[in-house]
Formats: sequence, C-alpha cells, structure tokens
Amino acid sequence: MAYSATARESYQKDLQGMRDAGLFKEERYIHAPQGADIEVEFPVGQGVPPKRVINMCANNYLGLSSHPEVVAAAHAGLDYRGYGVSSVRFICGTQDIHRELEVKLTEFLGTEDTLLFPSCMDANAGVFEAVLSDQDVMISDRLVHASIVDGMRLCKAMQDTYKHSDMGHLEEKLQEHQDKRQRLIITDGVFSMDGDLAKLDEIVALAEKYDAMVFVDDSHASGFIGKTGRGVHEHCGVVGKIDIITTTLGKALGGASGGCVSGRRELVELCRQRARPYLFSNSVAPVIVAGALKVMELVTRSTERRDKLEANTVFWRKGLKEIGLDIKEGDSPIVPVMLYNAKLAQDFARDLFGEGIYAVGFFFPVVAKAQARIRTQLSAAHDRHHLEKALEAFRKIGAKYGILGLTKNQIIEKYGL
Amino acid sequence: MDELKKVVREYVVREYIEDGDDREVNDTTPLISGGIVDSFSMVSLKRFLERKFQIQIPDAQATPEAFDSVAKIAELVRRFKPDA
Repeated sequence: MAYSATARESYQKDLQGMRDAGLFKEERYIHAPQGADIEVEFPVGQGVPPKRVINMCANNYLGLSSHPEVVAAAHAGLDYRGYGVSSVRFICGTQDIHRELEVKLTEFLGTEDTLLFPSCMDANAGVFEAVLSDQDVMISDRLVHASIVDGMRLCKAMQDTYKHSDMGHLEEKLQEHQDKRQRLIITDGVFSMDGDLAKLDEIVALAEKYDAMVFVDDSHASGFIGKTGRGVHEHCGVVGKIDIITTTLGKALGGASGGCVSGRRELVELCRQRARPYLFSNSVAPVIVAGALKVMELVTRSTERRDKLEANTVFWRKGLKEIGLDIKEGDSPIVPVMLYNAKLAQDFARDLFGEGIYAVGFFFPVVAKAQARIRTQLSAAHDRHHLEKALEAFRKIGAKYGILGLTKNQIIEKYGL
Repeated sequence: MDELKKVVREYVVREYIEDGDDREVNDTTPLISGGIVDSFSMVSLKRFLERKFQIQIPDAQATPEAFDSVAKIAELVRRFKPDA
C-alpha cells in the first residue's frame, strides 16, 4: 500500500498544525436555497438542528440566486438542452446557448468578444499564459485575488507589483518596464476584502500614457456597480477602454458557477486557442447557461435590483457608523467591520450567529496581520427589516465587547493585535 | 554604518511599506515570513539588487530564505560582489 502509516501520520500532523494555529476552515451546512433568510447547521454532523439566520455573507448581490424566473429558465434549459455535454468546448461541448450567452455578456460588458470558462478562477488561471510571453510584463496591484496570483504564476511573463491603488507607484513601474514588448496592468475591479474600487479612470490614463493594456477582474462588480450595473469600468467612465475583463456567473449574475474572459477580439480568440482551463475542461453546464441567459435578460431589462442594493448599502453603512462601529469607507456592498484582533473577530461572529445573524470573521492570512474584521455583504434580497435586525445585533454585540465609538487605536489598545 | 544594508533597507521601506503603516524595518526584521514582502513582490527586489549592484542572482539562490531580512539580503549581494 502506497499510502503508508507514516504518510498518514505526516498528513494528520499537517492538519493538526492548522487546527492549532486557528487556521482550520469548517463548512456550515445550509438547509435552504440561497437568500436573505437561510437555515444553517453549525457545528455540522452533531445533530444540532439548523438555525434560521439572516445571511450577511453571500455574494448574492442582486438576490438572483433563487429568483423564480431564473429557476424556471434553468428548469426549461434542462429540458431543451439536457443535463451534461460530456465534452470540452472544441470537440462537441459547445451548444448554441453557450455562444448566445457569450454574445449577451459581450453586449453587457461593452467589450468586443467573450469566452466562457468553467469558473472565473479558471478564466484567471488561463488568460495570462494565453496572451503574454516571456518578453512581456504583468504589473499587478498587491491586493488582487488569489486566482489572479495563481494565473500569473502560470505565465512566463515577468511579474511585478504596485502598492495597493497607488497610482504613483504604478507609474514608476510602467516607466521601469518600457523595454518590454507588452505591459499588462492587472487589478481587481472591487477588492473583495476591503470593498474598495480600483481607480480605473486613472489606470486607463496611465495605460494610454505608457502604452500598456489593462486587465480587470470585475467579479465583485458585474451586475451592480455603475449606473446600469456594467461594472467598475462603467462607474469610472471607461467602458470600451478595458482590454481584458474577467468576471463570474457565481456571484451577482445568478450565483451558480461559470466565468468568462471578455475583451479585445484577438485576446479572447487567443484564449479560445490556448487557455488550458478552457481547452481541457467541460464548459458551464447547459442548465446554468439557460439560467444565466435569464439573469442577463433581467439585469438588462431593469436596474431595479441594483438600485435596491445601492439603497441597502447606503442604509447599512450609515447604520453601522451611527452605532459607532469602525467600517472601511467606500461605496460597494462589501462592508468590512474592523475589529483588528483575530480572536475578537471570531468571538464577534460567533455571538452574531447566536443573535441570528450570519457573518464571518476574517483574519491573517486571509487579510493582513492586525486587520481582522467581519466582512458583511449586502444583497437586493435583503429587505429593510433584515437590515434593521442585523444592525440591532451588531449594536448589542458591539456593546458587549465595549467597542462602540472606539477608534482603531482604542480597539487595539483594548484587545491587542 | 553599513552602506549596503542602508541602501537595501531604504529600498524595502520605499517599495513595500504602505503609507500609514508604521512598521519599522531593521536589519533583522523578517520580510517574507513577516508578511512585508510577498513572493511576487520579491521579483522587484531581485531586479533592484541586480541593477543597483550590477550582479546576476541565479533564481535558485533567490529564495524566500535568502531574502528574509536586510542582513540576509546584504549577505547574498556580497556573495556576488564582495566589495559591495
């Protein structure tokens, strides 16, 4: 037997090390469709009955994950295009509806063409290697998503980084790399841990000045950021000027799975020819494509849901500040409540759960040291009564720990780092 | 005053410490294991050293351990340029 007792012990030790360091991740079982109210079993497998809680940690920004029209469209898709394709795209795994969805995404994002991937993680894993060579350079914001970091590692182009949203530093890097064939500036649209937006207008201006291309992962923006929800490029007035956008169908746009590379025609075509996660994996299943087509119809037809999300975001941010909690300022529906101390973040989240509010504490290594927080996320599925109840719970737990009205330094003084 | 260490330390602070971050960097502050420099950003540090001191550091020697403090970086540079 190749899996020896020694091998098992070694892996068990690794896992125990994670537990000892407080880094062991545990799933909660959700006994309900995704929505504002969910039933959560935690701890799992111990016969604890599921608890009904308000969900403040989903990427269900537009509340479309369980929308009746989307569910009905997915049901219909199952009937007219079947369950599986049993093939990668370029053999016999491309249905007419795959291409139809790509065209809709292209129109929505204001780009030239789009290619679906099994996920945005896969899109990010494949895109850089497909369009860049060892004569090029990738210059990324230091807080980009892990999937971008992985994609960059797979690419032979030189890697460089700039300080988070620091345009002066980015400009220095662009100057330094003028000898390269291509320069690609890489950023998230909305940064998932802090909820802040990339300065895409300034980035595009620098890209034009220094002959660089721009890549944006708009996974936490597509469908709701910008007046008509096109994304951060719409918010910043640079639609049509982003060379590569990757985004996901796994968050606001229905929340099931799937992602895409959208952008300049030639770059998308190179992905179709070379991107390994596209070439060597089945694409998104027909049932999801059918649901996503309905999502695209809904988000194109009306801005009602993104407008409600925006109103919820304003109400929530204002409410937390009035309570006296320390939040990261911004406009996005990702609202981090800063606690700085990892144990405090864990205790706070546990007590919120006791009050019927589900939000998760994040701490190192997911966020930088001394930046522990509870990340809250708004949804158009939230009604005012959900948010009022959640605010009351944050007020109650905040008072319990004596942090209401305290500044960053005062919280750190009280709880340490 | 060790001029080499000073040059390296100044670069590290300018390149990696964010505005408003009051962390101090001395000769033994852990840079990589301390979360100040990530493995991606190490690339720009290697490039800086190679340009500044006109040396070539083979990738095999540009390890996270070798870059983990100003003192270790200075040691690495002197391996290729003893009079630096």
